[in-house]
Amino acid sequence: MNKRLVFLTPLVIALGLGLILYTAIGKDPTKLETARLNDPIPAFNLKSLTDKSQAFTEKDFTGKVSLLNVWATWCPSCRVEHSYLNTLAEQGVRIIGLNYKDERDAALTWLKKLGNPYEFVIYDPHGKLGFDLGVYGAPETYVVDQYGIVRYRHVGVVDDKVWSKTIKPLVAKYSVLIPKS
Amino acid sequence: MTRNEKLSIKIQTSLGVLFFMMVLALTSSPLLAGIDLYEFSNEDNEVRYKTLIRELRCPKCQNQDIADSNSPISSDMRREVHRLLEEGQDNSSIVGFMVDRFGEFVHYKPQVKPATYLLWYGPWLLLILGVVVICIIAGRRASKKNKQRLGVIAPYDSGDKKKRDNDSKSDVLDQHEQVEQLLSRFKDD
Repeated sequence: MNKRLVFLTPLVIALGLGLILYTAIGKDPTKLETARLNDPIPAFNLKSLTDKSQAFTEKDFTGKVSLLNVWATWCPSCRVEHSYLNTLAEQGVRIIGLNYKDERDAALTWLKKLGNPYEFVIYDPHGKLGFDLGVYGAPETYVVDQYGIVRYRHVGVVDDKVWSKTIKPLVAKYSVLIPKS
Repeated sequence: MTRNEKLSIKIQTSLGVLFFMMVLALTSSPLLAGIDLYEFSNEDNEVRYKTLIRELRCPKCQNQDIADSNSPISSDMRREVHRLLEEGQDNSSIVGFMVDRFGEFVHYKPQVKPATYLLWYGPWLLLILGVVVICIIAGRRASKKNKQRLGVIAPYDSGDKKKRDNDSKSDVLDQHEQVEQLLSRFKDD
């Protein structure tokens, strides 16, 4: 009986460890948890990229589910996903841009050249709102519900797979009008 | 212009070039990367700043603290740590400020809560388990040795001898049975 226990212990430990490690297979360690998940968009007051006289606040997110796309002209992956964002905007998806740590002129040229999928673009040259959101690398795309609450964050390029597999179902889910609890 | 004057101008320009190159070498040195110049209102804040930037992890370059990292996000974080320190916030609220934005990940010393129990207490558990296993093995060995010693000291202990005789007898019997079984199988074939 005791001898069997001695033989079984390493087996049990190995199986337990295996199970724990197995759950981590395929996980990208560079993807962090979203600290702002289920929190409202942090308070901000920032100028518009396209119109210097206009300013936006967190209240501009309410009313409709939106995607908040963090981008910059220095970010190569942002260029990769840009045409897909154009496609989404054509389909009627509301996308709000956060121009992150960028230069106004460069950003405006970029939009002129590649198209503008954004309903409006928040100009955040010092990365203030980005920092409050916990942005650690562009591009990042947030799903924000109609009450301005962050429901999901995707780090990296948004493509057809990411959209149809994760983001689209979430947009659909939060588009159903539910009274705020 | 005399020859001497020409020479002194030459020396001056070469000294200038040398100085320029030294400045260039110093400023472009990787040693200077990631060092910001911050002024502190008191020494205590400076000490706390140095500890805090060693305790916070860069979210982008995951195995560096923000003191070590040159990434823009780390420099933003150092700036915020400095700002909050000068505002008079205590260490835990500064760490909390970062955790609110970047998650538990940014702190090299994670909070003790149900999700991190395994992390904090797991090693102790394994240590205790190890000690227990060692104790059991050692205890068993000791008792085996004791038995052997008893056997040597009292080899003619009648009860013990009888038992051993019985054991060997049964062994012989077992072998006998096995042989007979084998033989019977051969017969069947």
